[in-house]
Amino acid sequence: MTLFLLRMRPAVAASALLLAAVVAIAIIGPALAPYNPYEIQHLKVNQPSSPQHWLGTDEFGRDLLSRLLIGIRPTVMVAMGATVIAAAFGTFLGIVGAYGPRLVSFGIMRSVDILLAFPPILLALLAVGFWQSGVVSLMAVIGVVYTPHFARIAQSSTLQVMQQEYVQAERSMGASPLRIVFRAILPNILSPLMVQATLTIAAAILLESGLSFLGLGIVPPEPSWGQMIGTARSYLSINPMYLVWPALCLAMTVLAINIIGDYLRDLLDPRLRQ
Amino acid sequence: MLSVEGLSIGFQSQDGVVPTVQNVSFNLSAGEVLGLVGESGSGKTLTSLGVIGLLPPNASVTAGRVVFEGVDLLSLNQAEMRKLRGRRISMIFQDPVASLDPVFTCGDQIIEAIQLHEKIGRGEAYRRAVALLEREHVKDPARVMRSYPHELSGGQCQRIMIAMAVASRPQLIIADEPTTALDVTVQRQVLDILERLNEEVGAAILLITHDLGVVYEIADRVIVMNGGRLLEEATRDEIFRRPQHDYTKALLDAMPALGKRRDRLPVIERGGATDAPRAMASAAPPAPREPGPPILEVRDLSKTFLIKSGMLAQTQRYQAVDNVSLSIARHTTLGLVGESGCGKTSLSRLIMRLTEPDSGQILFNGTDIAQLSERRLFPVRRNIAMVFQNPFGSLNPRLSVQEAISAPMQIHGGVADRPRRVADLLDAVGLPRNAGQKYPHEFSGGQRQRIAIARALALNPSLVICDEAVSALDVSVQAQVLNLLKDLQAEFALTYLFISHDLSVVEHISDTIAVMRAGRIVETGPADAIFAAPQEEYTRILLAAVPRIGIEREDRQERLQ
Repeated sequence: MTLFLLRMRPAVAASALLLAAVVAIAIIGPALAPYNPYEIQHLKVNQPSSPQHWLGTDEFGRDLLSRLLIGIRPTVMVAMGATVIAAAFGTFLGIVGAYGPRLVSFGIMRSVDILLAFPPILLALLAVGFWQSGVVSLMAVIGVVYTPHFARIAQSSTLQVMQQEYVQAERSMGASPLRIVFRAILPNILSPLMVQATLTIAAAILLESGLSFLGLGIVPPEPSWGQMIGTARSYLSINPMYLVWPALCLAMTVLAINIIGDYLRDLLDPRLRQ
Repeated sequence: MLSVEGLSIGFQSQDGVVPTVQNVSFNLSAGEVLGLVGESGSGKTLTSLGVIGLLPPNASVTAGRVVFEGVDLLSLNQAEMRKLRGRRISMIFQDPVASLDPVFTCGDQIIEAIQLHEKIGRGEAYRRAVALLEREHVKDPARVMRSYPHELSGGQCQRIMIAMAVASRPQLIIADEPTTALDVTVQRQVLDILERLNEEVGAAILLITHDLGVVYEIADRVIVMNGGRLLEEATRDEIFRRPQHDYTKALLDAMPALGKRRDRLPVIERGGATDAPRAMASAAPPAPREPGPPILEVRDLSKTFLIKSGMLAQTQRYQAVDNVSLSIARHTTLGLVGESGCGKTSLSRLIMRLTEPDSGQILFNGTDIAQLSERRLFPVRRNIAMVFQNPFGSLNPRLSVQEAISAPMQIHGGVADRPRRVADLLDAVGLPRNAGQKYPHEFSGGQRQRIAIARALALNPSLVICDEAVSALDVSVQAQVLNLLKDLQAEFALTYLFISHDLSVVEHISDTIAVMRAGRIVETGPADAIFAAPQEEYTRILLAAVPRIGIEREDRQERLQ
């Protein structure tokens, strides 16, 4: 394992370690928390870092480090889950939209256009309004919001790839549509989708934070990073570090995801392999 | 006027500077046409880019001097160089459609080129632009000035490029493969224009090309490059009559030439095991098999495309294939020739049933496959294979060579030991066995075309359609692939439908010829007869347009009249 990490580029290795830590904390986070993250202490409101509370406390005197540690789980689950949902459905719709029968693809792509016309936050607001808010519904809603982006990218890349002679060659050999999709099209449209996926994870975290900020996402007292950033805004002048810590965690995680995404794209493309 | 002394260019890489052009020297005097000949990778384009200071960022001049009218170009800074480019030195590039800006009209672009170098009003510049186009015999210059590049043909775009290049009356024109993307008849016209402008304007032309025929037509002197070195420099007559260097001789030999049919083309041996020619089981190629009954018969095949050019435009009918009939006897090669847009590729796609025909019959082994459903067609597909034009596009970059060649076997099944079959096929096309584990981007164009041929042969098809299969290849590689196709035809009892715009290649490989124009077959017959005595006017025009070494153009036209 160490050898494997050493052979990678340093930035990639660091990102991989960071992401591994994030995922590990998402699983065992509650056990690591030094304090009860829900315990309200009115005498310790908005404190800066101290030996007792390494990262300080929030507006209710709760330990920030503990809240950050357990806030990972909903953040990571929503972001990853939403991206997987969006990537899977979006890619499927996009390929069918480019490769399928004319009427079907017309229907798909026009629906995608309509979905794209909605501002994502509005769409999410609508959907969350109907369902209970919580991790699973956030995942589904944010997944649906980002599905059209994947569909568009998959469709335009598929149209491009279909012009390539190797797809004609497959057809001339009598390859079935399924084979053409899985052997010729999918591997060749993976790069832009991979880039989109890393962007979507970051965007999903931000959208989740936006929704939580509006009270439609993760419901307090459960914390999530986005929700913490949203709340911390109001206390910026009293306790600026309250905003900095969750924002830093978020930024580092998103950066790591982007670096890993780039690396995966290179790894999957034989032309870029060393 | 231009003198290049000991020019060396290197590419920066991780292991230091890789020398790519080494110690190239030549002179060019005013009004002279100098042909710079070489295959891809010979460094000919890099040399020209070095001369005008447009090297890619990772390349740099490591030694030498470039003196243009007493000024050392290499010592000039960017701004001074920019002034010189376009005004005193112009360039014409290979792909005219790609080198024009698609969002401006052609007129705007010529006017801009004129105004960049002369302080004159727009009206005056417009009149000059029209005059330039008229001098190039462009029909209806006013309309061409209003058109966008995509609305014009490749030949017309190249004339626009030439008009832009000569707008400032440059002393030196560098033309990099100016006719390679064009049809023979259009190439003829563009060469005429270049030659006339050279006489009228008095500009020296550095003509970079891989086509020895083109060089023979208009060059005064020729230099030959290979592997980044200058091998030979001589006058045109010298180089074609008495080539000194072995490489020049081999290059001249490897070129299929009209009227000189040979069984095999001599092949230029190259270093490196991967590019080694195919090892033959016996020294002599197997004897060609006797032609049999027709394997493919096409009867009255037609296809019309409906084209809508804009939202409000009327739908236009475009008859791509118009009542075409042809037949190919078993174990023979039918060469289908015609200029771009004549419908030859549409026809091949119809026969492959990649597009649906409107009417007509395609009899393959006596069965009409024109209207079969994809399911009924499936068993037929294993007997017809296709080799595409572009070896860089016809192989899926994500599949290893092993997977690419196994593809037909995976689709149709029926081969028990696939790895073994792939190894046999790699042997047959002269590639090393370890090639299977590599990916297409690791191979050169000629090697990729061999991979594509191996894939086509995977299921022992009886008919192979080669659509411009050697057009994208260098002369020496083209010779190798043509030889390979001929050997494989004898070895595996293949029948070819060989589609090409290159008449000399078609003459070399074909038993019968069909000439296509505007969707119709205008002439068919045995290859020898057609090339010796063409009956149709169009065939004669086509043949007359092909540059031929040793025959001056005027003689050629007279001979055919």
